[in-house]
Amino acid sequence: MDRPGALSESETSPAYSTSNTASAGSSACCTVRAAATSPALGGAAKAASIPPASQTVTLAVENMACGGCMRKVEQALLAAPGVASARANLSAKRVTVVFADRQDAPASQLIDTLGAAGFRAAELTPEAIESSRDDSRRFLTRLAVAGFASMNIMLFSVSVWAGSDPSDPTHRLFYWLSAAIALPTVVYAGQPFYSSAWAALKHARLNMDVPISLAIILSAAMSMYQTVRGGDQVYFDASVSLLFFLLIGRYLDQRVRTRARSAAENLLSLKAQWAYVIASDGSVERLPSRLVEPGMRIAVAAGERFPADGVIVHGTASIDESLITGETMPRQAGINATVYAGSVNLGAPVEMEARAAETDTLLAQIARLMETAEQARGRYVRLADRAAQFYAPAVHTLAAAAFMGWMFAGAGWEYSLTIAIAVLIITCPCALALAVPAVQVAASARLFDRGILLKAADGLERLAEAGIAVFDKTGTLTAGVPSLANGAAIADADLKAAAALASSSRHPYAQAVAAAAKQRFGSVQAASGAEEATGAGLRRVTEAGEERLGSASWCAVPQAQADSASLWYVRPGSAPLAFQFEDKLREDAAQAIAALRRAQYRVLLLSGDRSESVAAAAEAAGISDWHAALKPQEKIERIEALKAEGHRVIMVGDGLNDAPALAAANASVSPSTAADVSQTASDAVFQGSKLMAVVELLATARKTRSMAFQNFAIAIGYNMLFVPLAVAGLVTPLIAAIAMSTSSIIVTVNALRLRTAKLELAS
Amino acid sequence: MTSLAWLVPIALGLGGLGLAAFLWALKSGQFEDLEGAAYRALEDEPPAPRERR
Repeated sequence: MDRPGALSESETSPAYSTSNTASAGSSACCTVRAAATSPALGGAAKAASIPPASQTVTLAVENMACGGCMRKVEQALLAAPGVASARANLSAKRVTVVFADRQDAPASQLIDTLGAAGFRAAELTPEAIESSRDDSRRFLTRLAVAGFASMNIMLFSVSVWAGSDPSDPTHRLFYWLSAAIALPTVVYAGQPFYSSAWAALKHARLNMDVPISLAIILSAAMSMYQTVRGGDQVYFDASVSLLFFLLIGRYLDQRVRTRARSAAENLLSLKAQWAYVIASDGSVERLPSRLVEPGMRIAVAAGERFPADGVIVHGTASIDESLITGETMPRQAGINATVYAGSVNLGAPVEMEARAAETDTLLAQIARLMETAEQARGRYVRLADRAAQFYAPAVHTLAAAAFMGWMFAGAGWEYSLTIAIAVLIITCPCALALAVPAVQVAASARLFDRGILLKAADGLERLAEAGIAVFDKTGTLTAGVPSLANGAAIADADLKAAAALASSSRHPYAQAVAAAAKQRFGSVQAASGAEEATGAGLRRVTEAGEERLGSASWCAVPQAQADSASLWYVRPGSAPLAFQFEDKLREDAAQAIAALRRAQYRVLLLSGDRSESVAAAAEAAGISDWHAALKPQEKIERIEALKAEGHRVIMVGDGLNDAPALAAANASVSPSTAADVSQTASDAVFQGSKLMAVVELLATARKTRSMAFQNFAIAIGYNMLFVPLAVAGLVTPLIAAIAMSTSSIIVTVNALRLRTAKLELAS
Repeated sequence: MTSLAWLVPIALGLGGLGLAAFLWALKSGQFEDLEGAAYRALEDEPPAPRERR
């Protein structure tokens, strides 16, 4: 995520505009936070504790994808009690609800309403709304003003170019009218460039905005001088149309950031979950997990995620911590055992007490590691800024040399200065400033269509440079959910019967059995009369006797056999049937790794899991270089070592334990199922179950880079053509106008090719 | 040349009108949701009251 004030950031210093995930990451890390006194939410609490809420709630709606859905969402919300108005925004996939009076329906009720209508929704926090506010609108205003001005000045310029007599009063009048339009425009619309150039100069460095500002200001100033003096070197049209083209570039750049940020916020909000808080009188109240405070008692049902960090105060749980440690085997946790937000309760329902993040917990350690790791990434200098470091001095030297040359030739300072300014106008990096944003807009639109969200604006550039891909195992190479391993050994009739029972449970193992049956038979008929004993298993009484599906003890499997499988099924008259589970590789994992290999990437597997399971996954995926049982610290060390050897590293991971490594790598990617902190730390997030998305992302990143270079080449080629004319004093305002517009248009059209191009990841 | 005395103000005035209309549309939030607006045009029901910003 970029910081909320991203507009001023990007306006003033593109060189520093890398994402600031360090603070965001570390704060997101501590799921237990001080009471976020979010307005509009207190409704769930008792009437006395309602904060002075605002009357609007903004919800992110995941599957609102067409005009009909938009209408349905609005109608469902309008029918809810207390709602005065509901307005959906289809582009942002959000809906803003205004309540008739302050103390009415809480957001959770609206979410349930939408759930009943078939939409998955989540409330956006005020911070989330603020950080994804559409800053591009301010550029649009400036863009409109510059567009208006350039069109009208062009109207006068064309008449002037058409060959009227320079001494004609109408001719002079047109210059004055142009000046009247151009000067206010240059002052107003050019501000983003001036402030950015000024910020760069203050730090004694050059960015692309320095030559831009110089060209705009000097050309306007010189034109004014010529207008007053009665000269003919009037470049008002060039000055303003420069501004117009450059603002298009800035606007596009800003839009890419805004879209990515708002999509990322929606994603995070939709992942947020509920906590069932037990009040002192025993009543249970549903709260968003971000509002959980230390000391609250929370009930966690079987199959649910723990909403906060804390300790177990009642019951014994079997906990799946794969998202946190990468370990796939469940851990047994009794009273006073520490549990982390994000882990899944596989066993019986338990009660936990939320605790504040302590300094020595795994989470606090991860937060510390992330902070140090993040600092390195802040030093990345973007491609356009690196180009500027060479381009700007070269241009300024050239203009100075032209001035000196004509002075020595005895042309007089006024004429020499005119030449120098003409050189600056011609070399003004208009096409250069459009070159990168135009390509990036096309690239992010392409990725968006393919379910990949780009989160960091410079992410594509960093992704394109990497040569080593580091993968995590659990949840990244693998699907992260158990699937039936010994399905082939189970007879059709047995699987059908077991699945009938299993399909009424939400336990991951039961769901895996049901999924296996669904795959084999097409559909599963759920058995009637199934009862679930949470944490133990399911049972059902039939005419023949009792059927049971569950743990070894639930099914009364002899001790000797009990350890050989995780789930058992018994029915009258047959031996207990064992079900074994594994965390399967993603379908296309091997294919994706092979594609990376072909493109000369070095592929590594760094996992926190046990050696045997890592070895098996590595072999299946075709990775020879793997390391198991790594702590987060050790993952960072490995990545730092690779970086120290001069390699650039991409990290692909999803777990909380990967978050520091994601931050430490040069660029990082995570699946949309990843832990919040990991997603915050990554540059791109891919949706869906296909790992090939990573390959597509890298191919697009590399193509984006090569197209940016292509565009640079076009822009510089144009300069090579026209700079000699400018130095020779042959450039007229008409030539300047033509040179600038054509190069900008060609660069933009070239960039648009990326949107539909067929890409192969090449070395 | 007196025609210019009419034509120039008219040209500038029309351009300015376009600019003003665009800025008004921008300010009143008509560019907030371009995709949604395309569908709203097809609805039969009268439009819901728009939120003012």
